[in-house]
Amino acid sequence: MSEPTSNQESPAPTGRARLLAALRRPWSRGQVTAAVLLAVVGFGSIVQVRANTEDDRYVGMRQGDLIQLLNSLSSASQRAENEIAKLQQTRNTLRSDTDSRRAAVERARQQATTLGILAGTLPATGPGVRITVQDPSGKVGTDTLLNGIEELRDAGAEAIEVNDSVRVVAQTYIKDGLRGVIIDGHQLSPPYTIDAIGAPHTLAQAMAFTGGFIDEVENIANGRVLVSQSQNIEIASVRPPAQAEYAHPVTNQ
Amino acid sequence: MIAGLGLLIGIVLGLLLQPQVPLWMEPYLPIAVVAALDAVFGALRAFLDGIFDDKVFVVSFVSNVLIAALIVYLGDKLGVGGQLATGVIVVLGIRIFSNVAAIRRHIFHA
Repeated sequence: MSEPTSNQESPAPTGRARLLAALRRPWSRGQVTAAVLLAVVGFGSIVQVRANTEDDRYVGMRQGDLIQLLNSLSSASQRAENEIAKLQQTRNTLRSDTDSRRAAVERARQQATTLGILAGTLPATGPGVRITVQDPSGKVGTDTLLNGIEELRDAGAEAIEVNDSVRVVAQTYIKDGLRGVIIDGHQLSPPYTIDAIGAPHTLAQAMAFTGGFIDEVENIANGRVLVSQSQNIEIASVRPPAQAEYAHPVTNQ
Repeated sequence: MIAGLGLLIGIVLGLLLQPQVPLWMEPYLPIAVVAALDAVFGALRAFLDGIFDDKVFVVSFVSNVLIAALIVYLGDKLGVGGQLATGVIVVLGIRIFSNVAAIRRHIFHA
């Protein structure tokens, strides 16, 4: 506590004179003590001021307010957690979506490749046979060639090409031309070469059986047929993808 | 003069060190600072009255701070910490005002 204040010595110097004297004579014991204590006060107040400016939002709030604040904070964090969970779920859904979409794209691409080979829009290579038909008398016509191609198809040929220039696909037509045949608008003349990709032995067998293609060509048309099996038949010709003009896929399936 | 220098040193130290107030000390520091201010003004008044005694100053300073902190602590325990702190501040404020008035009379004779 502060000192009592009533004491007054009558002839004593005034307070102002005392202050001036103290300023002139600084190294008294009392002054040093006061300096130390004042340093403590200055230090403490500065610390408090700094602590106060740091955060004074919740100082002086009553307990009820603080509890309410805490409750609202925890409910806010609850909401945030819910949101996080929801977003994570969305992310997982999207991720699996992407995965399945990627798988679907992969599947579609494989299917497109397979169908492209079957439809003749993609060049193909693989094991198969190369059939050379010599027809000096020009008697090998539409029927014979068609039979041969059908036999090849029956034996599982996946891609067929005639004379290295015409791809045989589902829409292919064959008709008799002036000299030779017309396949898909291309005038072809003998000798014909038919490349077919499939199991080479099976394809060769399909040509060779009695009454089959070879028989037909050699006995009826007096031609000659050479079947060579190969592990590397290349079919380079393609045809543009056919756009269905009238047929539409049935959608509700 | 040395006293003023001490105050300055304390302020500079506080600014430079930027100490973190410990959590247990947080409610008591403001009250302690005000109590210490009261002791300082009381001491200045006593000095002007010619009855300054450094021993008394030290004792009053320390006891002021301790009692203020103790009252707030007790108030916290009793559940009236805020109100009691306000009461302490009011009382110390009144004392500071009266001390400053006496000091003013000494210095300005008014």
